[in-house]
Amino acid sequence: MLRYILRRVLLLIPVLLGVAFCVFTLLYFTPGDPARMVLGDLATDEAIKEFRDKEGLNDPFLVQFGNYVYKAVAHGDIGRSYSTKRPVMTEILTAFPYTLKLSAFAMVIAILIGIPCGIISAIKQYSWFDTVTMIFAMVGLSMPVFWLGLLLILLFAVHLRWLPSSGFSTFKAMILPSVALAAQSISMVTRMTRSSMLEVVRADYIRTARSKGQNESIVIGVHALRNALIPVVTLCGLQFGQLLSGAILTESIFAVPGVGRLMVNAIMTRDYPMVQGGVLFVAVTFSIVNLLVDLLYAYIDPRIKAELK
Amino acid sequence: MTNDLMLDIRDLTIHYETDSGVVHAVEGLNLQLGRGESLGFVGETGAGKTTTALGVMRLIPNPPGKIKSGEILFEGEDLLRKSEAEMRKIRGAKIAMIFQDPMTSLNPVMTVDKQIAEMIKLHRSVSEHEALKQAGDMLELVGIRRERMHDYPHQFSGGMKQRVVIAIALACDPALLIADEPTTALDVTIQAQVLELMKKLKERFSASMILITHDLGIVADICDKVAIMYAGRVVEYADKRSLYTNPLHPYTIGLFKSVPDIDEDVDELPVIPGLMPDPMDLPAGCAFHPRCSMAEERCAKERPQMCELEPGHFVACPVRVGGRGPSPSGMLGKA
Amino acid sequence: MMNEIENGNEKIVPDLAKRKHRGPFMEVLFRLAKSPLAMFGLAIIALLVFCAIFAEVIAPYSPIKQDLMHMFETPSAAHWLGTDEFGRDILSRLIYGARVSLQVGFIAVGIALVVGGMLGAVSGYYSGWLDNSIMRVMDVLLSIPQTLLAIAIVAALGPSLMNLMIAVGISAVPTYARIVRGSVLSIRSMEFIEAARSVGSSDLRIILKHILPNSMAPIIVQSTLGVASAILNAAGLSFIGLGIQPPNPEWGAMLSGGRQYIRDYPHMTLYPGLAIMFTILALNFLGDGLRDALDPKLKR
Repeated sequence: MLRYILRRVLLLIPVLLGVAFCVFTLLYFTPGDPARMVLGDLATDEAIKEFRDKEGLNDPFLVQFGNYVYKAVAHGDIGRSYSTKRPVMTEILTAFPYTLKLSAFAMVIAILIGIPCGIISAIKQYSWFDTVTMIFAMVGLSMPVFWLGLLLILLFAVHLRWLPSSGFSTFKAMILPSVALAAQSISMVTRMTRSSMLEVVRADYIRTARSKGQNESIVIGVHALRNALIPVVTLCGLQFGQLLSGAILTESIFAVPGVGRLMVNAIMTRDYPMVQGGVLFVAVTFSIVNLLVDLLYAYIDPRIKAELK
Repeated sequence: MTNDLMLDIRDLTIHYETDSGVVHAVEGLNLQLGRGESLGFVGETGAGKTTTALGVMRLIPNPPGKIKSGEILFEGEDLLRKSEAEMRKIRGAKIAMIFQDPMTSLNPVMTVDKQIAEMIKLHRSVSEHEALKQAGDMLELVGIRRERMHDYPHQFSGGMKQRVVIAIALACDPALLIADEPTTALDVTIQAQVLELMKKLKERFSASMILITHDLGIVADICDKVAIMYAGRVVEYADKRSLYTNPLHPYTIGLFKSVPDIDEDVDELPVIPGLMPDPMDLPAGCAFHPRCSMAEERCAKERPQMCELEPGHFVACPVRVGGRGPSPSGMLGKA
Repeated sequence: MMNEIENGNEKIVPDLAKRKHRGPFMEVLFRLAKSPLAMFGLAIIALLVFCAIFAEVIAPYSPIKQDLMHMFETPSAAHWLGTDEFGRDILSRLIYGARVSLQVGFIAVGIALVVGGMLGAVSGYYSGWLDNSIMRVMDVLLSIPQTLLAIAIVAALGPSLMNLMIAVGISAVPTYARIVRGSVLSIRSMEFIEAARSVGSSDLRIILKHILPNSMAPIIVQSTLGVASAILNAAGLSFIGLGIQPPNPEWGAMLSGGRQYIRDYPHMTLYPGLAIMFTILALNFLGDGLRDALDPKLKR
C-alpha cells in the first residue's frame, strides 16, 4: 500500500511539470511585455531594460521555464503579482482557505443531500419521489451556477432579507455561496447514486443476502449501499475539481475573497504571474484530491486493494 | 412412502407483468417433496424452475413478478400466508438456497467469514465471535482452509466460491435446501467435486433438497425423485428409477433421446422439434402439443391433469393415460 | 458501375430490414421518439436553431441599437421581455444570443471532437509509445479542471468569440480522446477488424470505415452533453468578462450586465438565465434519451 502511494506521488511529478509547462507557455506567448506591466507606462526604456535583465526576461524560453520551476520547488516562489507587488504564493495562501472552505462546504452539502436522495429514488423507482427528484436533479444540472447564485441573492437577500448577499465571514454568509455552488454536484451525486444503486440492487449477492432472511434495511443499507457507493466516491473526487473551478464564478458573485476572485481580478488586470500561479495551485490541489480519492477507493473496494498488494 | 410431506406446492401460478405482456412463468404447478428426500427438478432454460424456487423463498422480484394463486405448504403451513417478518425467520434457517452463479452470488466487498457469520447471527443467538468461529467451521466443512476465512470473494476460484455459497446455505442447518443449477457455471472437473460435496453434506445434515438442473446425469447421481417441468408446469413426476426406466410423457422421452448414449452409435441425435413456447403466449391445452409427436386433437383443447399412471409415477398427458382419462383421485395433490 | 451495385444492395437491404427490424438507425430514432423528455429537448433545440438562423426575421428589434428613451422597461406589449440599461429589447437580444450560444456550443464541441477523436483513435489503434505519450499529455490537461483550463486559455489568447470557442473546445479535448480511445481499444480486437486487416485494408481505412462508425454511440451521447457543457462554460466565461464582448448579445454577458440592477430590475437577469437553463436542460434530456436509445441494455 505504501509503495502504491509512493508510486502515485512520484507519478504526480511529471503531470504537474506538464501543467506548469502548459501554463507557462500559454502566458509566455501572451502579447504584452511583463516589464512594462510591472513598471507602468511611464517607465523609461532604461528602467525596463534593467528590469528585464534582472528578472531574466531576456533568457531563452526554456531557461526561463527552468528558473520558474526551480524557484517554485526550491523556494515556493511562483513570482510576484504585478498589481499588488506581493509574492503570488502569499496572496494565494491568504485566499485559499476561503476557497477550500467553500468547496468543502458544497461537497458536504452535495453528499448529505445527494446520496440519501439517490438511494430513496432507487428504492422507490418510478414513485412520485423518484420523479420529482430526477426532475430537480436535471434542472440542477442545467442551472448555471452564476444564475442560481443571483436568484438566491434575489430571493434570500433582497426579498426575504434572511441571509447576507456577500462575504464569507459568518456561517450565515457561507450558506448562499455554498448552496449555489453545490447545486450541480447535488444533482450529479443524486443521479449517480440512483443509477449505481439500481444496478446493485439487482445483483445476485443482494438476492443471496435476502435468502439468508436478512431484513430489507440491512440488505439495502449494508450490502447494496457499500457496493453502490464505489462509483459515487470517484464521482465525488471529480466533482471536487469542478467545485474548485466553479468556485471562481461563485466567489465573484458573492464577493468571497478566495482564489477564484483573486484569479478573476488577475485576469482583468492582466496580472499574469497571478493567473499562472492560480492555475498551477488549483491543479496541484485537484491532483492531490484525486490521489486521496483513489486511495479511499482502494480502501472501500477490496478488489482494488488486492491488486495493490 | 411420503406421507410426511416437507413441501407441498399446489396449483402455483406466478406471472411477470412486463410492459410488453404477461409472462406465464409458472402456471398451475403442483409438486411435492417428502422429508429427507431429494428431488431433481428438470427442464429447459425458461421452463420456470428458478421462478418456482424463488416463489418458495418468496423472493420473486416484485415488480414485475407476482404470485397469482396457489399454496406453498411447508411443514403444513402455507408460506404464501406468512408475513414478511415470519418469512425472514424461515429463509436461511429452514429453507436455504444455493444460487446458480457463484461469481456474482457473494458480496464483493465483504470477507467470506462475515458473509457466513451473517447467516448464523440472524438465526441463532450467538455472539459475533462465536458466529465467526462457526463460520470458520463451516468453511472447513466445505473443504476450505480456515486461514482463508478473512479473504474476499475475488480471491477464490469459481469452485471455491460455490463452496462458500454452500457453506452459507448450510450454516443454519436448514430443513430444505434448494440448489439452483449449482454447478452450471463451473468447469466439468469442479462440477463433480461440488456435487460430491453436496451429496455428502445433504446426508450429514439430513436435509431435504430440491436440485434444479437441466442435466439428467446429475439427477441420476444425486436425487431420489424427479419432476420434469415444461413451460411453467410439471409434466411428469416419479421416483428416479421409474422415470429413468420408463419415461411416460412425450417430452420426457424426447429429453432422454436427446442425451447422447456412450454405448450406442448414432449419426444424429434425435432432437425435439420446435422451440419452447413463448411464455407470453402459451399454446392452449397442453403447452407441449405443438411439438409433440403423439399429439391428438384434444391436446390442443383441454389442459392435461396429473394422473398416477403407475404407483408413484404421475404424468400429465391424456394420450399416455389413454382411455382412463384424468381421474380426480389421481391428482398429485391428494398424497 | 459502382452505382448499379450500390442500388442493387439498397434494394435488398430494406427488404430484409422491414421483415426483421427497422435497421439500427431507424430503431434508435424510433426508441428516441418514445421518450417524451428527449422529444421535449429536441423540440426546444429545434426552436433555438430556428431562432439562430432566422434571427433577423424574428427579432422585433435590433439587438445592439440603444434606445435611451426606453431604459429598464419591464415586460410590456411593445417589449415582451422588457428592455435593459440601454433600452435594448431583451427578447431580441436573447434571439440573437441563441446564435452565439449555439455557435459556441457546436463549434467548440466540433473542435474537441475532431482533435480529441483523432488523438484518441490514433492512441487506441497504435498502442505503444505513441499511445503512451498522447495519453500522458491528456493526463496533464485533465489535471486542470475544465472551466479553469478554458479560463487560462482565454486569458492568454484574449477575449473574443473565436478564442472562446477554441478555449472551450480545447479544454474538452481530453474527454473525447479518452472516450474514443476506450471504444477503439474494445473494438480493435474484434474479429471483423482482423478480417479487414487480412484483406489488406490500410490502417486509415480501417480506422475511418470500421472503427469510428462502431464507436459512434458513446461519442454521440457525449457530444450532445458536451454541447450543453460548452454552452454553460462559454456563458460562464462571458459572465466574468472573458467571452463575447459588449455590445454583442450573449446570454452570459447579459446576465452579467443585469447583475448590478438585480435589486430593481430582476427581469434583466431572469430571462437570460432561463434561456441558458432551458437550452442546457433540452440538451441534457436529449443526451439522456440518446444514451437510452443507443444502448437499451442500460435502461431499466
